[in-house]
Amino acid sequence: MSEVAAKVKAIIVDKLGVEEADVVATASFTNDLGADSLDTVELIMEFEKEFGISIPDEQAEKISTVGDAIAHIEAIQK
Amino acid sequence: MELKRVVVTGLGAVTPLGNSVPEFWDNLIKGVSGAAPITRFDTSLFKTKFACEVKGFDPSKYFDRKEVRKLDLYAQYAIAAAQEALANSGIDLDAIDKDEVGVIFAAGIGGIDTFEQEIGYYYQHLENGPKFNPFFIPKMISDIAAGQISIMYGFRGPNYSTASACASSTNALIDAFNYIRLGKANIILAGGAEAAITQGGVGGFNALTALSTRNDTPETASRPFSKSRDGFVMGEGSGCLILEDLDHAIARGANILCEVVGGGMSADAYHLTATHPDGLGAKLVMARALKDAGMKPEDIDYINVHGTSTPVGDISEPKAIIAVFGEHSYKLNISATKSMTGHLLGAAGAVEAIASVLSVVNDIVPPTINFTEGDEDSDIDFNLNFTFNQAQKRTVNAALSNTFGFGGHNASLIVKKYIA
Repeated sequence: MSEVAAKVKAIIVDKLGVEEADVVATASFTNDLGADSLDTVELIMEFEKEFGISIPDEQAEKISTVGDAIAHIEAIQK
Repeated sequence: MELKRVVVTGLGAVTPLGNSVPEFWDNLIKGVSGAAPITRFDTSLFKTKFACEVKGFDPSKYFDRKEVRKLDLYAQYAIAAAQEALANSGIDLDAIDKDEVGVIFAAGIGGIDTFEQEIGYYYQHLENGPKFNPFFIPKMISDIAAGQISIMYGFRGPNYSTASACASSTNALIDAFNYIRLGKANIILAGGAEAAITQGGVGGFNALTALSTRNDTPETASRPFSKSRDGFVMGEGSGCLILEDLDHAIARGANILCEVVGGGMSADAYHLTATHPDGLGAKLVMARALKDAGMKPEDIDYINVHGTSTPVGDISEPKAIIAVFGEHSYKLNISATKSMTGHLLGAAGAVEAIASVLSVVNDIVPPTINFTEGDEDSDIDFNLNFTFNQAQKRTVNAALSNTFGFGGHNASLIVKKYIA
């Protein structure tokens, strides 16, 4: 697991109060991890803070799974 | 239309003296101070370095971790108090009509910690633009405790917050009393919560020179009516009372603690923060509460005064009591429980109403602590019985609780023994 993936998963576990084992790449924030729309907005903000990046709203709307988030952050960091 | 009778059937509290009603009451009648150095932030640059904080509050006892981060501390206290009050009331949630249950829950300020965190982050990271947490607003707003409690339990009756600074939760209790009297709800969870021991809260009240600065001996700082008093001591927490239509309470076999019989409201129309020197608003509010209850001054055995330990406020309230109660003023007991709890601001009325209910239930008047002989204030009539330093056993058929808020808001509530 990449460093980004580990951090992303830790944030999701902390914010959504879910088990680490459930935070798999294909897991959807809303359908699988019990997040509502506000939780998802908060997650994106936490990613921005953690990685010192800015995710524009139109891109944030496309991030709906754990894998989406990791891929997106890794792409921005390159 | 005949008004319904309203009774108290449950109590819940999170206070600087304990995080449940039994602990709170036990320490209250023992005369324990809840004051200690502030632990929440570095006070080294603050004029006041102590407060009556809630101690050992464990949010995980009340909600899961995911919920905690969506709740400002004030709302956490509110929900904890509501949970205890509901358990204490013996209400079977599956057996009542939840559409007829309301929640009227006050806050004087609301989520000030959330506000400070979010605004602080914004100004420290201006280059990022406005990056606010999506829970910023719903955590901060002062009505959210009432909303959260309704969401948690599915209560669909009247639901809102009242705001009248330090009188806020007495207004919540009076509103609940009136709505049940009018048949608008069977049960209302009424009370208030506050968690304003923050840098902004302490700094702001310091700027008003409202707080005691007796940093060397915090536990003696709140000393209502003593000549050497130098301001109030901030407190925090929550109180919740279950107010219920008497017929509804009887039908479900509830344990009835006491009856709510009167509420009074008035304004000083005088000053932003100071009470009227002659207690004009205070006289009106007590007289109105008595009239609402259909009681005479002689019917009151105990007055839980607003008594915050500020130089000005502590003079006008006893004057107003004498004006309203006349000779009987010297026969009833008066006490300022803020000497122990500190000032819970928007939660003060609810927590002091609980103290009043328990004094009626137990026939004990909690004390006004921290008075020492020789510290009498010549501007205050010391022939009044302020119940200094030691709780006093006496029959308490009826108690009146006063609360006065910045802005000149006054609210008083009368409770008495329930007689079928």
